[in-house]
Amino acid sequence: MKAKDTLLYLDGVSVSFDGFRAINNLSLVLQSGEMRAIIGPNGAGKTTMMDIITGKTKPDTGDVYFNGTVDLTGHDEAEIAMLGIGRKFQKPTVFESHTVEDNLVLALSGSRSAFSALFHRQSRDEADRILEILYTIRLFEKRHWLAANLSHGQKQWLEIGMLLAQDPKLLLVDEPVAGMTDAETAETAKLLRDIARTRSVIVVEHDMHFVRELDVKVTCLHEGSVLAEGSLDHVSNDQRVIEVYLGR
Amino acid sequence: MSLSRFLTIIAMLGLCLLPAAAGAQAVDDAKLKPLVEALAGDNFDDTSKAVSELAKSGAPRAAVILNALSAGDLYVSKTDKSVFLGVRDGSDYAATDPLSGAKLAPVPRSAAEKIKVNNRLRRDIAAAIGGLTLMSTDATERRSAAEAILKNRDPESIPLLDQAISAEKDAGIKMLMQRAKAAAVLNSSAADDVKIAAIAEIKSGNGREALGLLTPLAGIQGPVGEAAGAAISSINSELEIWNGIQNIVYGLSLGSVLLLAAIGLAITFGVMGVINMAHGEMVMIGAYTTFVVQQIVHASMPALSEYSLLIALPVAFLVSGGIGVVIERGIIRFLYGRPLETLLATWGISLVLQQATRSWFGASNVQVSSPSWMSGSFDVGMLTLTWSRLWIIVFALSVFAVLQLVLKKTMLGLRMRAVTQNRRMASSMGIRTPWVDALTFGLGSGIAGIAGVALSQIDNVSPNLGQGYIIDSFMVVVFGGVGNLWGTLVGAMSLGIANKFLEPFAGAVLGKILVLVLIILFIQKRPRGLFALKGRAIEA
Amino acid sequence: MITQWFFKHGDRRGVIVIAFLVGIACLVPLLNLLVPDTSPLHVPTYLVSLLGKYLTYALLAVALDLVWGFCGILSLGHGAFFALGGYAMGMYLMRQIGPRGVYADPVLPDFMVFLNWKELPWFWYGFDNFWFAALMVVLVPGVLAFGFGWLAFRSRVTGVYLSIITQALTYALLLAFFRNDMGFGGNNGLTDFKDILGFNIQAGTTRSALFAATALFLALAVFVSGFIIRSKLGKVLVGVRDAESRMRFLGYRVDRYKLFVWTLSAMMAGIAGALYVPQVGIINPSEFEPANSIEAVIWVAVGGRGTIIGPIIGAVLVNFGKTYFTTAFPEAWLFALGALFILVTLFLPKGILGLYGAWKARRAADAAQKDDEVLPPVVKQSGKRVPAPEPQAAE
Repeated sequence: MKAKDTLLYLDGVSVSFDGFRAINNLSLVLQSGEMRAIIGPNGAGKTTMMDIITGKTKPDTGDVYFNGTVDLTGHDEAEIAMLGIGRKFQKPTVFESHTVEDNLVLALSGSRSAFSALFHRQSRDEADRILEILYTIRLFEKRHWLAANLSHGQKQWLEIGMLLAQDPKLLLVDEPVAGMTDAETAETAKLLRDIARTRSVIVVEHDMHFVRELDVKVTCLHEGSVLAEGSLDHVSNDQRVIEVYLGR
Repeated sequence: MSLSRFLTIIAMLGLCLLPAAAGAQAVDDAKLKPLVEALAGDNFDDTSKAVSELAKSGAPRAAVILNALSAGDLYVSKTDKSVFLGVRDGSDYAATDPLSGAKLAPVPRSAAEKIKVNNRLRRDIAAAIGGLTLMSTDATERRSAAEAILKNRDPESIPLLDQAISAEKDAGIKMLMQRAKAAAVLNSSAADDVKIAAIAEIKSGNGREALGLLTPLAGIQGPVGEAAGAAISSINSELEIWNGIQNIVYGLSLGSVLLLAAIGLAITFGVMGVINMAHGEMVMIGAYTTFVVQQIVHASMPALSEYSLLIALPVAFLVSGGIGVVIERGIIRFLYGRPLETLLATWGISLVLQQATRSWFGASNVQVSSPSWMSGSFDVGMLTLTWSRLWIIVFALSVFAVLQLVLKKTMLGLRMRAVTQNRRMASSMGIRTPWVDALTFGLGSGIAGIAGVALSQIDNVSPNLGQGYIIDSFMVVVFGGVGNLWGTLVGAMSLGIANKFLEPFAGAVLGKILVLVLIILFIQKRPRGLFALKGRAIEA
Repeated sequence: MITQWFFKHGDRRGVIVIAFLVGIACLVPLLNLLVPDTSPLHVPTYLVSLLGKYLTYALLAVALDLVWGFCGILSLGHGAFFALGGYAMGMYLMRQIGPRGVYADPVLPDFMVFLNWKELPWFWYGFDNFWFAALMVVLVPGVLAFGFGWLAFRSRVTGVYLSIITQALTYALLLAFFRNDMGFGGNNGLTDFKDILGFNIQAGTTRSALFAATALFLALAVFVSGFIIRSKLGKVLVGVRDAESRMRFLGYRVDRYKLFVWTLSAMMAGIAGALYVPQVGIINPSEFEPANSIEAVIWVAVGGRGTIIGPIIGAVLVNFGKTYFTTAFPEAWLFALGALFILVTLFLPKGILGLYGAWKARRAADAAQKDDEVLPPVVKQSGKRVPAPEPQAAE
């Protein structure tokens, strides 16, 4: 099987909503430890692709394998998250009425059962890990703040921190720098590169600047399938990509 | 409900009455006089002959005369042998001319003699009277005579029926007479083959009545019993089908009521994501508007009373719709994005509206009258339908069609659909979503008002009217899904029909519970209803 | 010991409430039984029962708040669980009447004799034992809630859809319990109780004991809710309320958490109903009326949802208002209740406690972040319009 030895393997995936084909015969392979940037115009199917990988949407046809052997189409969001796939949404989604620290506590890997949660006491290791992440995402001073009171960029970072706490093998990151200042964008790129040293990452982004800073293999999606793949220079010189981006 | 429809119904009623005139027979009084005098014949045989002659004549007064004879009220004058109808009045008889019905000079009791009858004669008279009404010029009288025979199945009336059948020109009454004859034949000692033919005749008639006639025969040995048994089972299976049809028609009419109540709810929920718990009260206000309009029309323009419902329709739409817009602008618009709070606030509105109505109009029902074209019923095959039932179906479907047109063809409809599918996008394209919301809410409420006009015809108009429909309407919306009115139509009709089909097995209450349980199970499979919008924008 | 634990975990407010409830559980009966009638401090028996009734409502409100305030599940059918618990208790009380009924049948309750029933239906077996009835008080609502929740949460029915379905649930039960052949007394329900645990149910001492039991159960409910909310499970619940899909993508089986708190809440509501019935002396199908369940929601909203003591304050205040209005201005009660619904949702989204919190926050603006309440009042108190409302139907 071709899926073997890959971390993520999508082959011939299609899905349509009320006759509209959001994903059309999409194939994508991600190696273990790889970071990949996905670009593409609005409606290219980027978010729907993430929905399929994380189990929110079931594909009409096609194979989706994780770790070479696990068929993701047979699992729901919670199970897929526990397999080791973390996802950051386009709009920062944190628990606004919890403190920054509690947000991380909830995300921390470990048992997800309701009864263990009822009698859960924080261990030394857990506290250390939370501290470590708080420093990584530069929110240590604000650890007792309510997440609702963070700035937009800080919320983005908190969400990335929650992903780290989850300790996934694969991170799906949807437009992490939308609404960030240039300085924040640069910091974020650095953070993601750090993360990619130990895990695989898929980043969906519009911001070409940011993608260039990431300096990784790029896949361009258009109308639900792969249009071009390769280095950013290779992709941005592709005639079809230019056509799609600059209009016809 | 247009005027032309109303006229059509009047014309149809007129057609039914026409055959009455066809049975008219001109009778000459002078020719009858000797027949009447012959009643006072010397012996019973002569009288009997005269009775049957008189009956055959078909004279309009013949029945009166024969009845009087049977009751002993017919007298013959000793002086001129003239016959008169007499009533004792002191020492005289107050006399009436038997043929013209004109008053005559009183006859002294000593100058007149009662025409005697015996039992045999009485029987002849009874049969003759039966025949007379069968031959009557009045269609309803002939019909009831035939129905009477169908009930008593007197074999002696067979010859009379034969006579009447050959003279009958009204097809419906003729069929009834033939069936009456068949029933009488079955009760007689006629030959088997005649009886079997009669069974076939009866089978063609009204199912339940035929069952009643045939069931006693089914036990009989021989070909008659077998024929009856076969006929019964075929009637039963036919009845089963009609039963099904009746359930469907009743279900459709219940579904239409649900559709009317739910469609406004579906619009507001679909476009605005708002659950309006006061929707039932909008229906109630529509019903009370009908009441007020009827009172005003009745007081100021009684000539238009028949059409007060038609006047109430636009008024109810405007009243309920106006209140809806006020509620939206005054309360709901501050709660967008908080659907659960909206639900609570509109519940509060519904409490206020109910209590206001109670304070204003009293807690008890008010009387809303039905126009003549909505009362009464008609038969189709083996089932009887009331006009109001039919009108509700027609009305609900017309409202649905008009609404579809509004949504598909008007600018407001286009904007509403845009907002339903993607509020943010619609707003950024320059659609003023607040106005669309206000108008949508007004439209939904206005339709509830119209539904109230219709419901005032089939339900009690009281402050609680709306509460009775609100949960069922929610179920329709949940079942049908939002974003597509076809879902509401299919949802309402299937719930209506399901209710009616469950009722005979489970009873009305248990049937309703079953439907609720089925819906709860149904949304396991399709949490967004039958016709849900799909796609990423919706699930964000 | 429990207090120790609580103090250690720093919930001052919860401890005060529990202490207060335990206090009135002792004080009110004392003032009723030991203080002479003539004293101005005497609490008449009718008042004991009335206060007891308010506290059962408060217990129902605490149960409702657990799912609505903390987990975002707006139930419009909690009255059903309350009534089921009440019926379970009512069946025990009916069996206690024994041969003292109008028809003097040793086993069958009066209404069954009246309906010409020859023997006790199977589901009435065991209710002559208090322990069995007490078990059923939590088991019947619990099992129903579990089954219903399992179906609803698994298929991700949320928001107003779920609210409507819960309303349909209580409506279906209303229709069912109105039927005579259901075997629960039909229209008239269960009433004319004589004894509870061998004590005369009308006696002042029994009334006082029932009041004390209610106050203690309420204190227990406050303790249990506090324990849950303060645990990691409580944090998960609030997370589900605020961002359900985020929770799911973190790997939590959201449906199981919801099912746990939903079932627990239904059991609490059942206990509330069981305490309610002996104090008001009757249980009938009208307790299933959808309007009752929605009224319970407004108690929570008035007091302040997402807090533990808000629902208690709300339930007692609104019901005190109801008692006052329905005797003084019966016409005006529905106007007042309707207005309450509208005004609270428009102007007091966080209830009375939210108002208090905002006031406190203003006074100590610099300490705003240190508030230990689960729903910190500093969050969006300004009532600013939430941008771009998406149709909720499509969460």
